[in-house]
Amino acid sequence: MNQPIWYALIATALFCIGLAGLVINRHLLRRILAINVMSTGVFLMFVALAGRTGALPDPVPLAMVLTGLVVSVSATALALVLIVRIQHLHGCVEFPEDDA
Amino acid sequence: MSQMAALVLMPLFGAFIAFVLPRYARITGITVAFIQLGLALSLATTIYAGETLRLSAAGWDPPLGIGLYADGLTALFLCLTSVVGLGTSLHAIGYFKFDRNDSNHNTSAHGWWPLWLALWAALNALFLTEDAFNLYVTLELIGLAAVALVALEAHAVAAATRYLLVGLLGSMFYLLGVGLLYALHGTVDMKALSAGMQPEPAAWMAMALMTAGLLLKTALFPLHFWLPPAHANAPAPVSAILSALVVKAAFYALLRLWLGPFEPLAADLAGQLIGILGAAAIIWGSVQAFMAPRLKLVVAYSTVAQIGYLFLWFPLAGSSIAGSIAWYGVVWLALSHGLAKAGLFLAAGNILHASGHDRVTDLAGVGQHLPITLFAVGIACASIMGLPPSGGFVGKWLLLNAAFVSGQWWWAVVMLLGGIMAAAYSFRVLLHAFRNKESQLPQHRPHPVMEWSALALAVCAVLLGILSAQPLALLEVGASVGELALTEAPK
Amino acid sequence: MTVGFWLPLAILLSSLLPGILIFFLDESKHRLRTILNLGGASLKLVLIGLLIWGVFNEIEYETRLTLAPGMDLVLHADALSVLFVTLSTGLWFVTTLYAIGYLEDAPHRSRFFGFFSLCVSATIGIAMAGNMLTFLFFYELLTLSTYPLVVHRGTPEALRGGRIYLTYTIIGGAALLAGVAWLRAVAGPLDFTETGILASRTDLDRTTLTAIFALLIGGLGVKAALVPLHGWLPQAMIAPAPVSALLHAVAVVKAGAFGIVRVVYDVYGVEFTAELNLLLPLAVIASITIVYGSVRALFQDELKKRLAYSTVSQVSYIALGTAILGPIASIGGIVHLVHQGLMKITLFFCAGNYAETLGIHHISEMRGVGHRMPWTTLAFTLGALGMIGVPPMAGFISKWYLGRGALTAEMDWVLWVLVASSLLNAAYFLPIVYKAWFHRQEGEWPQERHFGRFETHWMLLLPPVITGILALLVGLFAAAPYSALEWARLIAFREYGQ
Repeated sequence: MNQPIWYALIATALFCIGLAGLVINRHLLRRILAINVMSTGVFLMFVALAGRTGALPDPVPLAMVLTGLVVSVSATALALVLIVRIQHLHGCVEFPEDDA
Repeated sequence: MSQMAALVLMPLFGAFIAFVLPRYARITGITVAFIQLGLALSLATTIYAGETLRLSAAGWDPPLGIGLYADGLTALFLCLTSVVGLGTSLHAIGYFKFDRNDSNHNTSAHGWWPLWLALWAALNALFLTEDAFNLYVTLELIGLAAVALVALEAHAVAAATRYLLVGLLGSMFYLLGVGLLYALHGTVDMKALSAGMQPEPAAWMAMALMTAGLLLKTALFPLHFWLPPAHANAPAPVSAILSALVVKAAFYALLRLWLGPFEPLAADLAGQLIGILGAAAIIWGSVQAFMAPRLKLVVAYSTVAQIGYLFLWFPLAGSSIAGSIAWYGVVWLALSHGLAKAGLFLAAGNILHASGHDRVTDLAGVGQHLPITLFAVGIACASIMGLPPSGGFVGKWLLLNAAFVSGQWWWAVVMLLGGIMAAAYSFRVLLHAFRNKESQLPQHRPHPVMEWSALALAVCAVLLGILSAQPLALLEVGASVGELALTEAPK
Repeated sequence: MTVGFWLPLAILLSSLLPGILIFFLDESKHRLRTILNLGGASLKLVLIGLLIWGVFNEIEYETRLTLAPGMDLVLHADALSVLFVTLSTGLWFVTTLYAIGYLEDAPHRSRFFGFFSLCVSATIGIAMAGNMLTFLFFYELLTLSTYPLVVHRGTPEALRGGRIYLTYTIIGGAALLAGVAWLRAVAGPLDFTETGILASRTDLDRTTLTAIFALLIGGLGVKAALVPLHGWLPQAMIAPAPVSALLHAVAVVKAGAFGIVRVVYDVYGVEFTAELNLLLPLAVIASITIVYGSVRALFQDELKKRLAYSTVSQVSYIALGTAILGPIASIGGIVHLVHQGLMKITLFFCAGNYAETLGIHHISEMRGVGHRMPWTTLAFTLGALGMIGVPPMAGFISKWYLGRGALTAEMDWVLWVLVASSLLNAAYFLPIVYKAWFHRQEGEWPQERHFGRFETHWMLLLPPVITGILALLVGLFAAAPYSALEWARLIAFREYGQ
């Protein structure tokens, strides 16, 4: 097996782990972390794509990953601010109603 | 050409100014809104003459650069955004000035203008996109700005967080699908993809992932659970934008994808499944709207129901004539719903602002004190019910025709049922509002601009029905489904 | 843009524009409001005069607005539209006068008259609709503009009545929409054509056409109050008297009946409908409605409710006339559009007068009212006699033609229905008349108001007297040129292609 396939498999695994974590956990911080794991999985998939051409990596997926990273960081930052506010308003770090 | 770039850059610039110089935020916002309307109309006029437009940002071509593309569909959605945007911006002038002692309004006014203008830029960018990855970026930008806007209202922070998590989940699915597409074809440009797609498992996987992500963002039943809390608890102008525009942006992405790259995949079964979900959305959303205790919750569930109508295009898209008619109908429904729903949310905001609450059973007296607002509610509801002469009627008529022409009459039954149920929940609200009450003047009279902007948007929904000939011709430019073929009797 | 284009549009706008303007008027500006109302109505009458002359001389009038390719809104004037338009406008004029008097000092008059004008505009639109889409368009507008009138008073009973009205009409509207959309999808755009167009379309499946017919008649039957879709009509009596008058004589029920006439004559064609075996079921439903309505009317003590059930019964004469093959019965049905309108509006005006002047709502309270309010009761008597079908009143003419038509079409059982109906009408109208004239007043009137010299406000008195006398004259001079009967004859013969 060559490297890109390995990376692709790991990426898929990360994606699924993240998805499971998002659904199962109730603590909001863990949910954000789960989403970050998912996005890491997706970005890894793109990196694997970049590697499939052999010697010179394909720059397009790499550019996409960079963009995605920026978006991911911003989203995480926003999520953290919101979580702090929920903590402040409701006193706990879960959604006030009981739902998945 | 430069209109396209200006449509994206100008609100961004305005957002920056509004953030850095809060004292001039309002002026900036309104000025930008007016200019945007002018730009959108001028773009529409150019495209109406028959040509579609393309622009490579900063002269760098794809695949590394970003391309902007505009055809009839783009122009119409851009116009929708500017009209709703202008109306909402005007409403916001009145909405966001109130005394600090008022405990009903825990909204922070400072965040509104920069966030809204940024959202506007992102929306325009989405409509002008021509590749699938840029679609992801713009969807994310829209999502972030929208979440922040919802969170301006203290009661809505939890709903905003849920919205954020759900949005991110959807985006991840979508992005994975984009990756798959790139792996298959080495490009993310939608035109190139539509030429090269073959029905194969990997392509179907990509389609499933991307569609699932977008369905989550468009709040199709049963993935709609995040929408009612978010739309109902957000400040009124925000709710208007969310229901009218943000949700439509995700739907626009779906339309583009299914008409472009996914078209050769011939996914009829998936189409039928989506149609069934759409029907369920119509029924479920309408029932919930009928039972909702608060006005904004009624309107939010109404959005869930109306979105269901939009997804009825998918099962009808298979056959050529019916699919074409259905496409025009669905676009019309999307546009009129945008206008009517925005007007409705703004009006609901007025009522909330004036009486301090929006419980449906205690709406008596609205007709006396806020007649313009009530009129706006009535007209907007008429469009949502699909009554003539509104845009909602034209869209519904086209969809009904498509259903009958293609022989799939059961969708027609669902649509008619939906219309009756929409009448039920609309008139429930109107009935309560029509009742007279021993009059005491309401606590806070809304600023006139708030009432008139709501009415103006509702009236626009009606105008879209009466003056539909030219916009329909505009829609035909660049449309891959061909002309609106309602003229001859089908054989 | 020729006169042929502008005239139908102008007729529509002459009530639509004043209506929109009235919404923005302040409550206190009665004079301006009156001027707008009556001015619009007079203008419309003049324009209609032009229209009548034109249609009689076979001039084409058509306004076509393209909403989308293949979706046209068409206003056109043929003989049948002219009949309905004239009726609506004339009766609108008198009802406006009546409403101004009735609602003096009542709140929210601008809102009322705004919706009133919209309601009439919708009726004109229905009358002049040139295809089913346009018809549907204005039909739904009619629902929307009449609802606020029904719930005008804002009381819990009014809202309840309004809710029932809405439930029926929205569902009926959905059925109509289904039928029209289906027909459109199957047969393409169809303009109304005298003698109908579907007969020549041999490519269409007959079962589909029958199903569509059922949907159309079902949807129209709600407004036309065909049994069992009539339930809303007695409940809608909660509306103020001018509204009941307008709704029951002119706008809503007539729109439904008019629609049935259009579908059978101008879409399907009456001979084709007979071929599809659809005329007989329609005739049966109409007959059941006629008898049922009259029977229910017998048991009502509330005057307006009795009149409501009478309307249920009488409007089905129009459907019956349509359902009997042959021009003579058609004449009877079509002319009854006019006759029933005149007679029923008179009766409702009188009911309103009794309520306003003396506080009378029940028939048991009407003893001796003829001495207190002679002119009103005279008008009532004329209307009642017309309903029963006593010559030379207008009602007699309609029944005569229906009966002869039934005999020609070998549907003798219809004669029995007509006779039964007349007897029942007599049974529930004559006692009222007798009580009013020949009994003595018992005790005080429930709530008397005095209006100066006349027995009641002159604006409340004049309209029923005018319409009552018209009902008499229309019957007496039925054979004259330009009478309603002659016009109906013209229509019927054109529908049969002669």
